[in-house]
Amino acid sequence: MAPFVLGEITIDWPLAFHSFWPILQGGLIYTIPLAIISFIFGLALAMLMALLRLSKVNVAQGAARVYISIIRGTPLLVQLAIIFYGLPDLGIEVSPFVGAVVALSMNVGGYAAETIRASILSVPQGQWEAGYTLGMNDAQVMCRIILPQAARVSVPPLSNTFISLVKDTSLASTITVTELFRRAQEITATSYDFLLLYSEAALVYWIFCFILSMIQGHIENRLDRYVARH
Amino acid sequence: MLLQAKDIHKSFGESRILKGVDLSLDEGKVLVMIGPSGSGKTTLLRSLNLLELPEQGTLEINGIHADFGKRLSKKEVREIRIQSAMVFQAHNLFPHKTVLENVIEGPVIVQKVLKNQAIDEARKILDDVGLFDYQNQYPFQLSGGQQQRVGIARAVALKPKLLLFDEPTSALDPELVADVLKVMRDLAANGWTMVIVTHELKFAQEVADEVVFIDQGVILEKGNPDQLFQHPKHERTRRFLSRILQRV
Ligand SMILES: Nc1ncnc2c1ncn2[C@@H]1O[C@H](COP(=O)(O)OP(=O)(O)O)[C@@H](O)[C@H]1O
Ligand SMILES: [Mg+2]
Repeated sequence: MAPFVLGEITIDWPLAFHSFWPILQGGLIYTIPLAIISFIFGLALAMLMALLRLSKVNVAQGAARVYISIIRGTPLLVQLAIIFYGLPDLGIEVSPFVGAVVALSMNVGGYAAETIRASILSVPQGQWEAGYTLGMNDAQVMCRIILPQAARVSVPPLSNTFISLVKDTSLASTITVTELFRRAQEITATSYDFLLLYSEAALVYWIFCFILSMIQGHIENRLDRYVARH
Repeated sequence: MLLQAKDIHKSFGESRILKGVDLSLDEGKVLVMIGPSGSGKTTLLRSLNLLELPEQGTLEINGIHADFGKRLSKKEVREIRIQSAMVFQAHNLFPHKTVLENVIEGPVIVQKVLKNQAIDEARKILDDVGLFDYQNQYPFQLSGGQQQRVGIARAVALKPKLLLFDEPTSALDPELVADVLKVMRDLAANGWTMVIVTHELKFAQEVADEVVFIDQGVILEKGNPDQLFQHPKHERTRRFLSRILQRV
């Protein structure tokens, strides 16, 4: 048995320097766009699922419940595999990027639905009644009175969802999207310097998430100023 | 008759809250409802605005008729609801909108009044309730009494046939009550038809044309303020009034 030896750590600075840009570039042209596009579609889907869950129609409620349960009860990696490697068996073929967008959007749709539902329910019943007494219909109260207030409540949890999503995009490497992590992987194929390259990948993810959490704090501060304190 | 409610019944689950209430009011008159906590005053008031749907009885406001025995469509509910407007105990202002935005919301969004015209009218109403200078503030920046006056302005801006008030001053600090009551007195003097739940007996004595005493889901006694306050017929009314007077 080989003894555990902490070898000399020698950093290959030229490799570190030359690999940094391709890895960052993968982040900028794939990871971030993938996260943003999936988040937008995902939120739309989540809103739909939240409204179905809140509707008084049993079938709609049930359908949304099943969808949310499946998304939350299965690994994202498997969802990606089904969409990219499985659906071609049914004649549905999509590019890796589109496949990743579909899988990630559906995933966000399942997770954020409960967040949105909870934030809608957190708006006091009296707000609905105030809208009704003005003569508004359900849609008007929802859009003009309830959702703006629910949006404020949901900024912190949805920001966390987005930051998780940025990290989850690394799974798109498994369906050949040349995003941040796959760039690092590709370079290891010739240089074999796993520790250096994967650390670099980690560093770039961390920088992205650090910037995002700063933006999150900024948004929350701004919203706090106008939120009612009952 | 501007308002005519007949034989209103309302239950929540097993408990019967309103057990056949009749109510009527002429245009320009003020009706005050008093009664013990839990007797059904709020439920009755909310039924007039169809925030609660009674399971039996009829309601007619401004010639628009609803029969609660039948299923009402959303359109029918809305049509009778917009004849009246509610001022809530907890004001229920929209926290994300300024005072002015709160007041123009109904006229602009529901009644499709032109925004500039709605703003002009809203400013005038805010002036009447003493809040012209606060139009660009958010509700949380105001005192409880100011918030409630915005609530009144928001209801008045709809120009409904009937104003409904559910204990509009009972959540306020005593020193803030007078300003709200003054606004309501002005409305009465200007000919608004109002149904008011309140335990401000002095105010009721002044503005009410009729007072009803609600007890355990029925109207036990009604009359003009002098009759009801000075010469109540029922023992329960007497006991209730003496409790209220002691509290002050
Ligand atoms: N939404 C509701 N669900 C169940 N019970 C209710 C509801 N609203 C009111 N009640 C009950 O109805 C009774 C009358 O309430 P309310 O009309 O608010 O009385 P008041 O305004 O005279 O104090 C109370 O016992 C209350 O608990
Ligand atoms: Mg009440």
